Amino acid sequence: MLILRCPYCGVDAEETDLAPGGEAHLTRHGPGSDDAEFRDYLFQRRNPRGVHFERWRHAFGCGKWFHAARCTQTLEVFGTYSAQCSEPPEEIMTAIRTRRPDWEMPA
Amino acid sequence: MSSRLATGGRRIDRSKRLSFSFNGTKLTGFEGDTLASALLANGQDLVGRSFKYHRPRGIVAAGAEEPNALVALGQGDRMEPNQRATITELFDGLSARSQNHWPSLQFDIGAINARLSRFLPAGFYYKTFMQPRAAWKHLFEPVIRKSAGLGPAPTQGDPDRYEYFYAHTDVLVAGGGIAGLAAARAAAEAGARVLLVEQDSRFGGRSATDGVVIDGTDAEAWVAEQVAALSAMPNVDLRLRTMAAGVYDHGYVTLYERAGDRDPGAAPVRHRLWRVRAGRTVTATGAIERPISFAGNDRPGVMLASAVRDYIDLYAVSPGDRTVVVTATDDGYRTALAVRDAGLDVPAVLDTRPDPKGPLVDAVRARGIRVEAGRGIAKVRGTRRVTGVDICAQAGEGAVIEHVPCECVAMAGGWSPVVHLWSHCGGKLLWDETAHHFRPDPDRPPTGADGQGFAVTAGTASGPMDTGAALADAVEAGHRAAKALGHDKGAPRIPQADGTADGPPAAVWMMPHGAGPELRGKAFLDFQNDVKVSDVQLAAQEGYQSVEHTKRYTTLGMATDQGKLSNINGLAILSDSLGAPIPEVGTTTFRPPYTPISLGAVAGEARGSLFKPVRRTPIHDWHADAGAVWEPVGDWRRPYCYPKDEESHRDAVNREITATRSGVGLLDASTLGKIIVSGPDAAAFLDLTYTNMMSSLKVGRCRYGLMCTENGFLFDDGVVVRLSEDSFLCHTTSGGSDRVHAWMEEWLQTEWWDLKVWTSNVTEQFGQIAIVGPKARSVLERLGGMDLSAEALPFMAMAEGTLGGIGVRIFRISFSGELSYEIAVPAGRARALWDMLLAEGAADGITPYGTEALHVMRAEKGYIMIGDETDGTVIPQDLNLGWAVSKKKSDFIGKRAMERSALTDPDRKQLVGLETEDPALVLPDGAHAVSGQTNRFGQQETLGHVTSTYWSPTLNRSIAMALVSGGSRRMGETLDFSLEDGRIAKARVVDPVFLDKDGERQNV
Amino acid sequence: MSEAVTALAGATYEGAVTVADGGLTGMVQLRADLADAAVATAVKAATGADLPDRRRISAAKEQRLLWMSPDELLILTDHGAAPDLVKRLSTELTGQHALVLDLSDARSRIRLSGQGVREVLAKGAPVDLAPGRFEPGEVRRTRIGQIAAAFWLLSETEAEVICFRSVAPFLFDWLSTAARPGSLPGHFR
Repeated sequence: MLILRCPYCGVDAEETDLAPGGEAHLTRHGPGSDDAEFRDYLFQRRNPRGVHFERWRHAFGCGKWFHAARCTQTLEVFGTYSAQCSEPPEEIMTAIRTRRPDWEMPA
Repeated sequence: MSSRLATGGRRIDRSKRLSFSFNGTKLTGFEGDTLASALLANGQDLVGRSFKYHRPRGIVAAGAEEPNALVALGQGDRMEPNQRATITELFDGLSARSQNHWPSLQFDIGAINARLSRFLPAGFYYKTFMQPRAAWKHLFEPVIRKSAGLGPAPTQGDPDRYEYFYAHTDVLVAGGGIAGLAAARAAAEAGARVLLVEQDSRFGGRSATDGVVIDGTDAEAWVAEQVAALSAMPNVDLRLRTMAAGVYDHGYVTLYERAGDRDPGAAPVRHRLWRVRAGRTVTATGAIERPISFAGNDRPGVMLASAVRDYIDLYAVSPGDRTVVVTATDDGYRTALAVRDAGLDVPAVLDTRPDPKGPLVDAVRARGIRVEAGRGIAKVRGTRRVTGVDICAQAGEGAVIEHVPCECVAMAGGWSPVVHLWSHCGGKLLWDETAHHFRPDPDRPPTGADGQGFAVTAGTASGPMDTGAALADAVEAGHRAAKALGHDKGAPRIPQADGTADGPPAAVWMMPHGAGPELRGKAFLDFQNDVKVSDVQLAAQEGYQSVEHTKRYTTLGMATDQGKLSNINGLAILSDSLGAPIPEVGTTTFRPPYTPISLGAVAGEARGSLFKPVRRTPIHDWHADAGAVWEPVGDWRRPYCYPKDEESHRDAVNREITATRSGVGLLDASTLGKIIVSGPDAAAFLDLTYTNMMSSLKVGRCRYGLMCTENGFLFDDGVVVRLSEDSFLCHTTSGGSDRVHAWMEEWLQTEWWDLKVWTSNVTEQFGQIAIVGPKARSVLERLGGMDLSAEALPFMAMAEGTLGGIGVRIFRISFSGELSYEIAVPAGRARALWDMLLAEGAADGITPYGTEALHVMRAEKGYIMIGDETDGTVIPQDLNLGWAVSKKKSDFIGKRAMERSALTDPDRKQLVGLETEDPALVLPDGAHAVSGQTNRFGQQETLGHVTSTYWSPTLNRSIAMALVSGGSRRMGETLDFSLEDGRIAKARVVDPVFLDKDGERQNV
Repeated sequence: MSEAVTALAGATYEGAVTVADGGLTGMVQLRADLADAAVATAVKAATGADLPDRRRISAAKEQRLLWMSPDELLILTDHGAAPDLVKRLSTELTGQHALVLDLSDARSRIRLSGQGVREVLAKGAPVDLAPGRFEPGEVRRTRIGQIAAAFWLLSETEAEVICFRSVAPFLFDWLSTAARPGSLPGHFR
């Protein structure tokens, strides 16, 4: 059972205090998007064995959504960060590369 | 036969006699006994029948690894099956029964299976009961269930209390033997918070029994000194009768505390499940002795050598007058000495090794005990218990050299570290070629959130079996665990143990080495599941290579003991049969819990009235007093109806509807969700979240709104009120408020974070009361305080003021088609307002109504209900609600999805009304309209299904709504609906608005 | 005019720890960016108290300010004082992007008292409640069993819990069960 630090209230929250929100950094495709883009936005999700970016909500705590970068295989957590960004911040990328030198950000 | 010795017994208090019963027979034991030691003291060495062959079985072990002595403890609602007698502390009045036999333990019909054993090989169930399929359910399974298996499940509710406790610690030490104590002390003295748990009722493990001497003092004194020192430290908590059950991700460990087992019925807590987060977990779980595989090794009287000396030393129990020790280790000689010290006879020590030597061997020889080198047991004699052993050469095929009469056989096959906790969360193992066991690989520990190992092994659990090395390992483990968390006060001192290390054990997987089929077929690997050496060999022969598959095929290592005794021996046999080295064959997965824990502990407090939260409205108590029939709506309890006296529910609903439509009704609508959306961008945000245009709503007015998912599917609805230019009140469905509020926050926090909007879920701040019916206005006017005339408060408008002296907000909205006011009132005054309305309306026959009347009245008006007319695949247009989907807005959640071809298909199911040809027939909920054709699977082709169906007292006929393919084109058509009994009901497709199509009733 | 009532109607349970209805409580919610200095100034002007630090409680006179999230404050005061506080806050925050609501009836307050309040809470909350790890002055939002709640310590022997009104009777029963005599594990010392 995971523990993730909520970047908003600073609590090391255990999984029972959190609600999962699936893959992070999806781009919303609304009116005007073509069928393929819209399909991918709605349904296509990565399921990597290794480094992954996810959305979580501190549901029983401060109520805030946040992002987490972690390894789905070892459950190592590289860091949590603000929900208000479209890509992982540099310090998170550095933390990942330190621990997983061979990892590359998927396109 | 086993018996109580006249003197000794480290744990028992002979001044305190306890009486207990076994299979109805009254017996006595002493304070400090386990049920197992007390049974042995009473000569009861037959304690159960085996799982498959119903062979007589006795006590093998003295601890948690016991496979045989499973009993049903307690009676009636406190009966617990499959309790291990070896870890059950005796208490006065304990009652136990043996299991898996009929009619009695002594004479068991099922024992016929033993004679049939050659017809019951590995995989027997899979091979035998495949055909015919139906026979499994009706014939084979019931018979097998009756004759195979463990104890019966209790049939009554458990009256005891269970609970959780959340604890956080730097270092959790699992195991309170000398290693655990030494590790805990090292960690605690470094400054770490330490929680040490021991599953037994005493600290010290087997150190005292094994005659360990540390720093010049005997183990018992040393242990007492450590416990006293640790107890005095404020950063340490020591807990007995508490087992580390499972180790999980990110340092999560569950502990199982048997807090009240000795005092059932009186203890405030029976079991407590600790949910611990530990920075580091030190597994000081010790080691378990391996049995040896020889023919008849399952006979009562054959025990682990360590258990024999435990029973003698701890409980003063003689396992029999004559004990033959059969050993592959030096350690077996300790048992020979213990038996002799107790004044009992050791006819022989059979050592499989060709040339046993060392201090222990010398000591045994010096006592005049006969030591036979290179010897083993060909076969155990005796049926219900051991009467003797046939000795053979270990290297041979089992030719009997000599018969030695005895009552007990002590097996010493070597020790295996308890690696379960280490392995639960991914710690890896190494095969030790010298000690012939798997031990934790310190370089591959389970890893935590920081990617570092979070478990450390200590003592014999690490591998070393001699005291000195184990103590050094434990101190280092405790220190390392604390240091990893930033606690360090320098290298701690390592206590010194007397004596020298034992010599290496021999690897004895089969006794004798060349045993033929006859002997192999009686040599048990897994006592609990009746798996023999021959079964594993057969599995290998039949092509099983994976250890996991072999486990499931043969049942080796399954059930309550999870192979604690059988694991290594079984693997060795399998690897030998496959011709592959043991590390290549590997082990089965170690899964939590370490030993079974009670379901009560897993449930914790959540039982009975605390099983699931119940939400109550501020008017709940009035409903209860009025005899309301409750309906769960989400976690809420709402009145379904209020039957009077002997009134049926249906009659009550009809009465409530008629009273409301002809006079005035009252509904507790407090469960409606209420969310404030406020800020300069509130209108823009609601334009994105609702399908409707909300920015055009005027202040003080209400609008019915729909919310869709990004998939275009309708998921919530409700009335939106504009409170001010930049503030809205959004009503949601009952039970939808948390979901909708979370949904809004998700979009605000993760997608449109540039919008200046605050939300607040104010559902619980307000009670909400709907006063409904032609006389509603006059009741409110008599209460006084606000102008509620049609001019001052027209339909779909909102007013704030005081009603009967209470501050309220009134919405003139209607879910019934009647003149209707919904009154929001601070929850603390909701009951007072309800009472006032009832009193004021009494003259008009004001009638409280429940959710069923609400449903019928809305259906009479053709209003949809989320969850009835919607199922997560329905779009607003399907429900004739296209008018509420803005065509002007460039974007809203769900807009893009609605452009997909599947969502614009004219053949989609659409909402229609239904009138049955027989007006008295109320269609069943969910009934399908059938076309008379069949589909390619030969099933009836359906056109749609009934979503809401009621008896309408207003129209004096049944009404229904349905989602029907191309519904709007079918007006006037008659459709066939299949009923449960196969009959067809005919119903005409009509407008779903059954009553007052022009809305005149509410327009007054 | 009728008086407001609590969901717990003054209920009390005396066990290893006493569990009691905390009574009518004024509760004012402020949603605003608490990092904004103008918000801090307005709150100070309206309440006399400084904004609490993250997860902390600040106080002035009869008011306690609970940090609920980076953009949410819950101010506890006398029940009758809440409407005026809403007005003062709204006035002080004029022109700011802020939402002020009187939510005095939305939540219930439960008081725990006696030796062992930490252990009663630790039966239901996945929080490190050890002395030194959770101290008076801190507020924690989490769950107790299955119920969303917030709690804080007033002293070693007193704690307060707030939860939504509709589940207050359920949580009261839960806490009373957790507080029954003889059931505390004696872990904290």
